Amino acid sequence: MEAEEGIGKNIPVVTKQSWRFNIKLSSIIDNLIAARQIMDLTDETAIDGSQALRRSAMALLADCDAVDIAGRLDGMALPAHETLREPENGLVMVRGRIGGDGAPFNVGEATVSRAVVRLSSGEVGFGYTLGRDRQKARMIALCDALIQSADHANALEAQVLAPLRAAMAKKRNRSAAETAATRVDFYTMVRGEG
Amino acid sequence: MTTFAELPAGFADKVLSAQSTFRSVMDAMARPGSVQKIAAAAGAPAAMMPGTAAIALTLFDHDTPVWLDSAMAETSEVTKWLKFHTGAPVVEDCSICSFALIGDTAALPELGRFSFGSNEYPDRSTTLILQVGSLTEGPAVELRGPGIDRPAVLQAAIEPPDLLARLSINAALFPRGIDVVLVAGDAIVAIPRTTLLSAKGD
Repeated sequence: MEAEEGIGKNIPVVTKQSWRFNIKLSSIIDNLIAARQIMDLTDETAIDGSQALRRSAMALLADCDAVDIAGRLDGMALPAHETLREPENGLVMVRGRIGGDGAPFNVGEATVSRAVVRLSSGEVGFGYTLGRDRQKARMIALCDALIQSADHANALEAQVLAPLRAAMAKKRNRSAAETAATRVDFYTMVRGEG
Repeated sequence: MTTFAELPAGFADKVLSAQSTFRSVMDAMARPGSVQKIAAAAGAPAAMMPGTAAIALTLFDHDTPVWLDSAMAETSEVTKWLKFHTGAPVVEDCSICSFALIGDTAALPELGRFSFGSNEYPDRSTTLILQVGSLTEGPAVELRGPGIDRPAVLQAAIEPPDLLARLSINAALFPRGIDVVLVAGDAIVAIPRTTLLSAKGD
């Protein structure tokens, strides 16, 4: 009798919890994009301006093709620099969270290249990128060092980052337009009661 | 500004430099007492000789705890350099380290404080890397054991002079024991645990 009571007590609780969990999960998935923007904003406020600049440049360069970066850097007067850490390949464990704020889990390993470059004036730049392109990692590190240098930051922005950013935006807009052309909207008609 | 502004660079060519350094260390271990040259050039902190730096870049990684003596740990430069280039953890306790970097051999702690490994895992012992004044001049020591055809003679300027005699504990410990690499500039000599040492003329 006691046991039956125990079971009887438990079942509604369990059902209720899982139901609430389902609701929470779906609302997170629906609001993923909105939630991500909020998270990014809070991160931005935690770090200072120069770090945000370096981060945005790193995000841009990691997405660009190595050939494009090399082409842009060729046109720039580069200061003397040395490679503090030769470009190398390795694996990093990529972790994810369901819905952006669930429990963390390991998605899998990704190949990453990294390099560290130091300018003769002492600025040290770090470059990381997905894949095995070592020269790309070196170029990203060089750009990161140049951003921190007062003498070269403006030239880098004008000659390398701005054109690459424009090309990237153009590419993304084009693919967004192509996707939008095939968009299908689904409507659910509300069934009349009477 | 990051704190890496003064950090010396590592190997110019990682793979080939590490391979040639590994070959030198392996040859030195295989032929105890023979002087091997380390050809690979690497940047090094002031307290480290080029040979020590090359060995560190070749053999150290995140799985090898490293202990630094007071001469090496005087400034944080060596610790920073090791951390950046090798990722090896620098530990305070010399009984758990895989490698011990000794800049001032006169202040070498008792050998018993380092790890001898266990009978099941004798490879888990400490390898001492000693920076010495010279590997061509100094009191002569005779070496016998595996890898040595005729008794080899090593002339090395090592402070204190009884240091090599202290290595005789290896004979009783075998298969446990301590391996030693002597470094002078870019020259290295290895004294593995199987080598028996005696002062020349005994």
